[in-house]
Amino acid sequence: MKRKRGEQGSAAVAFSLATFLVIFTIVTVYLFLAKPAWGWFPPSITDFGKQIDAQFHRTLVITGIVFVVAQLGLALVIFRSRDHGQKASFFEGNSTMEFIWTLATVIMFVGLGLYGEHAWAEAHFQGAAPGALQLEVTGQQFAWNFRYAGPDGKFGGTKPELVSASTGNPLGLDPRDPASKDDVVSPVAYVPMGHEVEIIIRTQDVTHSFYVRELRLKQDAVPGMSIHMHFNATVPGEYELACAELCGLGHYRMRSFVNVVSQDEFDKWMRDQETALQQQ
Amino acid sequence: MVTHESGGHHHPPSGFIRKYIFSLDHKVIGIQYYFLALFSVFVGMALSMLMRIHLVWPNAKMPFTPGGQMTPEQYLALVTMHGSIMVFMVLTTAPQSGFGNYILPIQIGAEDMAFPVLNMLSFWTTFVSLVVLVSAFFVRGGAPISGWTAYPTLSALGEIAGPGQGAGQNLWIIGVAIFCIGSLLGALNFITTTVDLRAPGMTLGRMPLTVWAWLVTAILGLLAFGVLLAACLLLLLDRVAGTSFFIPGGLVVTDTPIVSHTGGSPLLWQHLFWFFGHPEVYIAILPGMGVASHVLSTFSRKPVFGYKAMVGALGAIGFLGFCVWGHHMFISGMSPYSAFAFSLLTMTIGVPSAIKTFNWLGTLWGGRIQFTTAMMFGLGFVSLFVTGGLSGLFLAQPSIDLYLHDTYFVVAHFHLIMGVAAIFGIFAATYFWFPKMFGRMLNETIGKVHFWFTFVGVYSIFMPMHFLGLAGHPRRYADTTGVNFLAPLHPVHYFITIAAMITITAQLIFLFNFFYSMKVGQKAAENPWNATTLEWSIPSPPPFDNFAGHIPVVYRGPYEFSVPGATDDYIPQYLAPERVGKAH
Repeated sequence: MKRKRGEQGSAAVAFSLATFLVIFTIVTVYLFLAKPAWGWFPPSITDFGKQIDAQFHRTLVITGIVFVVAQLGLALVIFRSRDHGQKASFFEGNSTMEFIWTLATVIMFVGLGLYGEHAWAEAHFQGAAPGALQLEVTGQQFAWNFRYAGPDGKFGGTKPELVSASTGNPLGLDPRDPASKDDVVSPVAYVPMGHEVEIIIRTQDVTHSFYVRELRLKQDAVPGMSIHMHFNATVPGEYELACAELCGLGHYRMRSFVNVVSQDEFDKWMRDQETALQQQ
Repeated sequence: MVTHESGGHHHPPSGFIRKYIFSLDHKVIGIQYYFLALFSVFVGMALSMLMRIHLVWPNAKMPFTPGGQMTPEQYLALVTMHGSIMVFMVLTTAPQSGFGNYILPIQIGAEDMAFPVLNMLSFWTTFVSLVVLVSAFFVRGGAPISGWTAYPTLSALGEIAGPGQGAGQNLWIIGVAIFCIGSLLGALNFITTTVDLRAPGMTLGRMPLTVWAWLVTAILGLLAFGVLLAACLLLLLDRVAGTSFFIPGGLVVTDTPIVSHTGGSPLLWQHLFWFFGHPEVYIAILPGMGVASHVLSTFSRKPVFGYKAMVGALGAIGFLGFCVWGHHMFISGMSPYSAFAFSLLTMTIGVPSAIKTFNWLGTLWGGRIQFTTAMMFGLGFVSLFVTGGLSGLFLAQPSIDLYLHDTYFVVAHFHLIMGVAAIFGIFAATYFWFPKMFGRMLNETIGKVHFWFTFVGVYSIFMPMHFLGLAGHPRRYADTTGVNFLAPLHPVHYFITIAAMITITAQLIFLFNFFYSMKVGQKAAENPWNATTLEWSIPSPPPFDNFAGHIPVVYRGPYEFSVPGATDDYIPQYLAPERVGKAH
């Protein structure tokens, strides 16, 4: 093989590869800076969500710098060290440099990780604020049901053998339990704006995942478990809930809505539900 | 270290079957694994092509679907089988069992693997597992729809949970379990061979980084596949023997109470699966790192920058790889406190990965880079490894994972890092070792065309997926019309599908080059790349017992390129000190 001389076409290949890497880096950086409307987070509707967005941006800055340095470094070295007849220099390493970049990445990556734990702790280590609205979310192939405890503030008992989505008892409420009589079950959720909500996430059959983008919350609904999360939404609107864990053939259409409304609207909606319940 | 008696312990077989089918020769077995992976990768790509077409043109008529259009369950069957075939049959077999089998014994100066019969059994076990896995397509209900992760209870409840969850899911579990057995046998063989059969002078510190990577990978495989095997057996028992390892009581599926199970935990499966699944990521990528280091050094005519740091990083990645499985489970319902630990450990694994990247750049710096196709795929590997690795820093943080988990951001991340980067490692290895394996050179011009289509193609496919994920697009959706907020993303899907069609079609260029060059390629010399390691000291292709009875003696490290004072810009490991040409 050709060895003594520079490889034919070496400069052209080096140039095109380096150029591609530069263009690729510019396009990527541009897209992440431009935050295209079609491919970016919708605005957050909780304070907690803003913390997550901030941590995302910190991570984006750090990874962005490493990305640019590494890709452009690769482009530079490809072009600079292309075979143009020179002799390769001989060195087998540099312990000081190894030490420096190891330390730098430890500080950068682990520091970033530590920084981000705060938001996670707020979501998971603190319980819901006192007086939170209790909202049970139950997934089943391929629908969501929301249950409110009603005026008595207690969720009634359920029994698997009573579950019958077709006859209007998708959660299997036990009619013999007085606490279940006033339980409101709805295929969409209404929550009062600016009010702490505690959600209790369950599933009847397989694993599903509760995911509302604007809440910046995702939590699997796991068979056999009741998982508690909480949020306080401050912007009114109708937000789509999409199942985020593969649950079967209808996974792609297993969605619902969380409506964030004023306290008055919420109270009215709840009264309507209770009235409808009594008329049954 | 064991010294060999020359002459070898077995003789070349004569019959066709012993020579090519049930061969004990590590080189034939390596090629068998390679062809198994080559077949599988084209099947896997075809499945992904059908998925991409369906996502953009949901009403397209597909030849194999009875109603004409693809149903959601057929789409999910493709998801499952694409992932399973790619992860198990391509990314686990080609880099490790394929190239490792062929090259490792030669690079350490051995005549064969330590246990040739076991080696043959590994391959044929793997072959059976492929047949069983693919047969899931052809049973009633079709292939399973639970993804390659097969989370219970979807995977445990049987047909009631969905089409494909009956016989198809059973075959999947059995196929994967058989694959585990084959991989365990292979791992055992690799470790023993590397420890026991190194030639005189081949100290650990003189092993090529490829050998180190294969060794660490084998250790990972030995520790990981046993766990998956156990998990598969438990899942199978839940399905066929009425046990409840993963199924809790009180479930109701489509208004039908499940009365026969109680007390199990779906999270147990996730822990077992990811205890295997995360090391599996490194099983796929570590050999690629070894190949990249090897190829980058060879074609920049420079020693690997920081050989010891590279070995240390391989070990650190291997060790940490067993401590981070929980980052797949941040939102699974596992204790949120453990997420702390898993997150920090995962951020830590970024450190040895960064060390490797810096050292690759250090290797190139000041070199005399020769842009062979193998080198270009090696350089592409570095770029992809950086891009795919950095998105991991987002997903390693549980708070950010609350938003990004199970979205296309994850799909982009793992495809770039464990899919495409690993595939670039395989391509680099193919262009590099093809001459040794088949005695002819791959065509370099066609190779470069193939490189450009592939490199530009994979970035065009997977970079936009990050933005789908940022928009919150959940993965494994058979259709993008079921959820309102996905509607604006259709043009992105369209772009990705077109890019995928071009990139996948371009792989036919590789296939052509492969078989064309095998027949009529330029004859390969012993050492066409002027490389330093032992495989280049013997004919291309090598004789049956590799070194024709003369076990080489190793005098130096694996990457002595451009040593000052030497006439040539490379000094092979097998060159005795008195034979090194001096310039002055």
